[in-house]
Amino acid sequence: MKAKQQALFLESLVEIIRKTSTEMPADVVRAIEKGRAVEAESTSAKYAMNIICDNIGIAKVKSQPLCQDTGTILFFIHYPAKTDYELMTKLIKKAVAAATKKGYLRQNSVDSLTGENNGTNVGPGSPVIHAEPWKKDFFDIRLMLKGGGCENVGAQYSLPDGRVGAGRDLLGVKKVILDAVQQAQGKGCGPGVLGVTIGGDRGTGYFVSKEQFLRKMDDKNPNPVLAKLEDEIVQEANRLGIGPMGFGGKTTLMGTKIAALNRLPASFFVSVSYMCWAFRRQGAKVSVQGAIQKWLY
Amino acid sequence: MKTLTAPFTEEQVRQLKVGDMVEITGLIYTGRDAVHKWLSEGNEPPKNEVDLNNSIIYHCGPVVMKKKNAWTVTAAGPTTSIREEPYQAGIIEKYKLKGVIGKGGMGEKTRIACQKFGCVYLHAIGGAAQVLAEKIVRVEGVYGYEKFGSPEAIWKLQVVKLPVVVTIDAHGNSLHAEIEKQSSAELQTLFAGMKK
Ligand code: SF4
Repeated sequence: MKAKQQALFLESLVEIIRKTSTEMPADVVRAIEKGRAVEAESTSAKYAMNIICDNIGIAKVKSQPLCQDTGTILFFIHYPAKTDYELMTKLIKKAVAAATKKGYLRQNSVDSLTGENNGTNVGPGSPVIHAEPWKKDFFDIRLMLKGGGCENVGAQYSLPDGRVGAGRDLLGVKKVILDAVQQAQGKGCGPGVLGVTIGGDRGTGYFVSKEQFLRKMDDKNPNPVLAKLEDEIVQEANRLGIGPMGFGGKTTLMGTKIAALNRLPASFFVSVSYMCWAFRRQGAKVSVQGAIQKWLY
Repeated sequence: MKTLTAPFTEEQVRQLKVGDMVEITGLIYTGRDAVHKWLSEGNEPPKNEVDLNNSIIYHCGPVVMKKKNAWTVTAAGPTTSIREEPYQAGIIEKYKLKGVIGKGGMGEKTRIACQKFGCVYLHAIGGAAQVLAEKIVRVEGVYGYEKFGSPEAIWKLQVVKLPVVVTIDAHGNSLHAEIEKQSSAELQTLFAGMKK
């Protein structure tokens, strides 16, 4: 990349971060509106949903973070095979530091040993960059900002699970997923969305569960078994009555996205990631010259 | 919609019940981990700067900018309250706090202190940083900016119609405990219906 190209690429990355942090993607807005519509008038659930909708509007107009916890910064990237990978990651880190300076990201990354915060959001494990080369001649850059409150209520189960009474079958899988919702209560800033992986090892399970949030809210799982499970989980979780913020109400979950991976005969993990209502993810098609060509959500 | 308007009194607070939607107007103070620990170690802020008596504490680390020598709050969502559970009851007792604002609810010790001393736990909408910032009309001052750092400092905020929901009242009720119990029972019903 020439200097001019680098500058443009950097600018595009900062814009992706700004848009992700301040504007809710349209598919998520539709899901939130749906949740607001089903809550009864004059309830605290409706009150919470109204405030959430107002917040989405103000953040966009003011170009300010939707939530002040701007979360873990997770990049999912496909890049043209001939890209200088080291330069690309260097520019991503630079963009994160620049976006932090501009206030699109909070100074949110702390050294786990010393407690020190260098104020840039750049350090070991931050930002998280998952990148794969591909044959196409453009970048596909997706970003997710995942808050701490909702990350804290994620859960990983190893089947069979005695406490929940869940065996090593689809029924057991369903039970632990619903258990995770009940355990979370309102603490993950619900109404939430679940990303779930059935199978895999512990690390891959959690990773793929987060990757599910890249799917559009209103898509349909191509696997009919998983598609059915996704619908059932949402319906049944919404019978728990936890509601927005845990105030009680009809909308506990807005969606569930599930993937299945092979597992070892000896292991049977179910990994559940919880995304709060402040579901921040965006993405862009970026040309090799570094310009944003199209928004993906 | 109910209101809680300064000066906050026990009488006002005793009228509130869990599930009530409330708008708060008046002076409130932010305080989170560092401040709660510091207060519970017996330290007291100078009364002429921060008078916590009969006041409301907000578990919040606001984003505050200085523009032309005046502070403005650009984000002011609640932080998770349960981290202050070890300290909160003692602080409610000492300062006769009338309210604690936060998110996620608090535990038994706080519930009991609310009942005994006439305080309520007020749940703000988690993540609604922008709506809540707009309800802060003026920053009256800050205490401990150097000592605790900006997000942890005690910010004196004038708020108008700050929207919250009562989830622990002064009569011993906790909405969190109720919802937890109901949802747990409903989960068991769901499980029972799932038998192959
Ligand atoms: S869980 Fe989400 S909405 Fe709640 S405070 Fe964290 S990032 Fe914000």
